[in-house]
Amino acid sequence: MAGALLEVTGLSKRFGGFVALDGIDLSVAAGERVGLIGPNGSGKSTLVNCICGTLVNETGSVRFDGETVDGLLTHERTRRGMARSFQLPRPFTTLTVADNLRVPLLYTVNARPGRALSPTELDARCAELLQLVALADKRTHLPRDLTQVEMRKLELARAMAAEPKLLIADESMAGLSQSEVDDIVSLLIRLNERGITIILIEHIMRAVMKFSQRLIVLVSGKKIADGLPDAVIRDPEVERAYLGQ
Amino acid sequence: MRTRVFLLLLIAVAIVVFFATRWVNNDYVFFAGYTVLQFVVLSTAWNILGGYTGYVNFGSAAFFALGAYATVFLHKLYPLPIPLLIVVGGAVSGIVGLGMGYLTLRLRGAFFAIATLALAVVLQTLIVNWDYVGGSRGAYIIRPNEIALIGPYIQYLFLVMLALVVIALTVARGIERSRLGYGFATIRDDELAAEASGVPTLRLKLIATTLSGALMGMAGAPFPYYIGYLQPSSAFGLEYAVNSIAMPMIGGTTSWVGPLIGAILLGSLQQIATVTISSAVNLLIVGLLLVAFVIIAPNGIVGLVQGWIRRTK
Repeated sequence: MAGALLEVTGLSKRFGGFVALDGIDLSVAAGERVGLIGPNGSGKSTLVNCICGTLVNETGSVRFDGETVDGLLTHERTRRGMARSFQLPRPFTTLTVADNLRVPLLYTVNARPGRALSPTELDARCAELLQLVALADKRTHLPRDLTQVEMRKLELARAMAAEPKLLIADESMAGLSQSEVDDIVSLLIRLNERGITIILIEHIMRAVMKFSQRLIVLVSGKKIADGLPDAVIRDPEVERAYLGQ
Repeated sequence: MRTRVFLLLLIAVAIVVFFATRWVNNDYVFFAGYTVLQFVVLSTAWNILGGYTGYVNFGSAAFFALGAYATVFLHKLYPLPIPLLIVVGGAVSGIVGLGMGYLTLRLRGAFFAIATLALAVVLQTLIVNWDYVGGSRGAYIIRPNEIALIGPYIQYLFLVMLALVVIALTVARGIERSRLGYGFATIRDDELAAEASGVPTLRLKLIATTLSGALMGMAGAPFPYYIGYLQPSSAFGLEYAVNSIAMPMIGGTTSWVGPLIGAILLGSLQQIATVTISSAVNLLIVGLLLVAFVIIAPNGIVGLVQGWIRRTK
């Protein structure tokens, strides 16, 4: 697809004899909201790790924003505009909530060419991001004082602080209540409306269906479906993978 | 700008300390004070890697000894003034720190600590078998009795170490308040998340090992002039490795104040014990205090005070 923001071609990853990903092709257009689903162990997180450079894929290549990013380290990909949140929140535990956001601002936004943010601008940006995820009053707290849903929001805010073009949210709603899930979904949609392309990896189908404009299904390391959400979930192959025959 | 104010303040304190010690007019105070100051530099250096980035280095003695042996080597080749020797010692240890970082930073936790210990053993073996710097016999350094302007040589050494303390503390505090400090903290907390936030973790870790190693080497460079006779077992002594870990742990590892407090407290205590009880009691005191602090105040004295302030607020 021409003009795709993210383009993955023939990506494979194996752990010893186990093939975790087998020739994955996918592309995501700028501004799109894509859902990525699949049963446990189907390779979703491995795919994210390969796209972000945490794991090195054996074959295939990842193109981002018109350039190949193969061989680049994770922080280099982050600087190019690829951000992710982790499945289990991984906050910087000894830094305050505001300082957690300061790190990507200092190391990503200020590391890009152009004018660096001044200390007062940094403070303002942190405050703005915290406002966005409704954590402003927890600014000076340590992450251990946050609730689960607040932790997830911090995780998303930290990914957002890097001013990404693409945000990959890896199961950012697991274990949350219904209203909290709605909270996060509407947050993600708001971010998308600001022009950020989002890939959502999720098990909670209600959230996925509400969020996604397109759905990609991964089963045992292979992509078995890719299309409009309503069509994909009626696909017999997808049904078979989820419900058995 | 505020770093400059801090630096000026430190220099003022250092000058006061120097003249106060001079006023006491007892050579022993300079001898003992030198050791305490040396430990301030060593524990501050250790804390840059161990406290800020969370990588525990058991090989401090090796970096210290490298600085000392660089001096011995140059002393035999062509005697240089001590400030220059400090630059050379710092450079040698800094380069070894960089190399060690490159080889071992893929290891985490206990494995990294073991690797640094192994490095110390390897370097000690090299020095023991290097005849030019004295080998296992050791090397004599005959120092002048007096030096121009200052007088007794020990006072000059004391002053040099005081200057190193100023440098080390300024570097440590500068790191804490800069982008580097945030980067180091993220490495301590979660390297994967740090990378995902754009932090070049490998590069920062190499900066930490280099800086930490260089400062330890700088602390070691004047040592042969202080001790007069340097042998491998004293330069690579266990007390350096143990003290440079114990002092920051007892003082508190999250800020530059911790190693300073820990080193002054423990260093003085050891000096007093050496004179009043026996020199063998030294490490026993360190061990007991370390155990006590790990149990009672895992974040050191600084952590204890911070907790107390938070509670009273």
